[in-house]
Amino acid sequence: MNALDNIPLWIAILASFFVVLGATLTLIGALGFARLERFYDRIHAPTLGTSWGTGGIIIASAILASHFEGRFIFHELVIGFCVMVTIPVTLMLLGRAALHRDRAENSPILPPEMRDGPIDTTLEDPSEDTQEQEDPETSEIPVTTAQGTVSAEKSPDEEKKGE
Amino acid sequence: MSATILTFALSYAQFALALAACLAGTRIVKGPRAQDRVLALDTLYLTVMLLFLVTGMRLGSIFFFEAAMVIAVMGFVATVALAKFLFRGEVIE
Repeated sequence: MNALDNIPLWIAILASFFVVLGATLTLIGALGFARLERFYDRIHAPTLGTSWGTGGIIIASAILASHFEGRFIFHELVIGFCVMVTIPVTLMLLGRAALHRDRAENSPILPPEMRDGPIDTTLEDPSEDTQEQEDPETSEIPVTTAQGTVSAEKSPDEEKKGE
Repeated sequence: MSATILTFALSYAQFALALAACLAGTRIVKGPRAQDRVLALDTLYLTVMLLFLVTGMRLGSIFFFEAAMVIAVMGFVATVALAKFLFRGEVIE
């Protein structure tokens, strides 16, 4: 309380505006995260808190710290940089992991054209798929049996991974 | 006057962020699948980091800022490791 007494009014109003903005946006994002029904809807809600929720609180903190120290303080922007660079990366990874798990289980959440399509193998080993495709070219007769056995062997393995 | 405005705004921010952390906590408890819980943990990390920043502003202390920076970095590492685990079943191959 004592630290807040000697602040000019315009700095107080500016910092209060940014703090209230950031906290409200974070609360709205968390509310949507708790209320939305599907995971792929839910993954969008916390980005309110990561974009302007973090931005507003960091700007307010930088304003107050700059006033206390009597010079410009940019330490808070390091946190903002960390959050705004890393959160999209983590959410992309998490969304791809969830899509991978839903496809491995053939989940009814996904639309049918995404369910039956090939599993996106950009993050997996491409060697297995090329070997499976090269085998039928040499001998044409056991094509269907080989693919059938391979796919039948792969599916429980992926279900184990998914769990 | 300015102290009153700032105290009110910071109290509101603390309350809102604590409520947001509780909402993320309910999703950790009832989340139907693992990816929901990982996302809820990420949201909880971020909300508590913002709560630390606001508390540091209110108390005029710089030590909360250090803690918030550590939380920001650790949250990234934790979520990436958990997403990798959901992908492959193991973190380090």
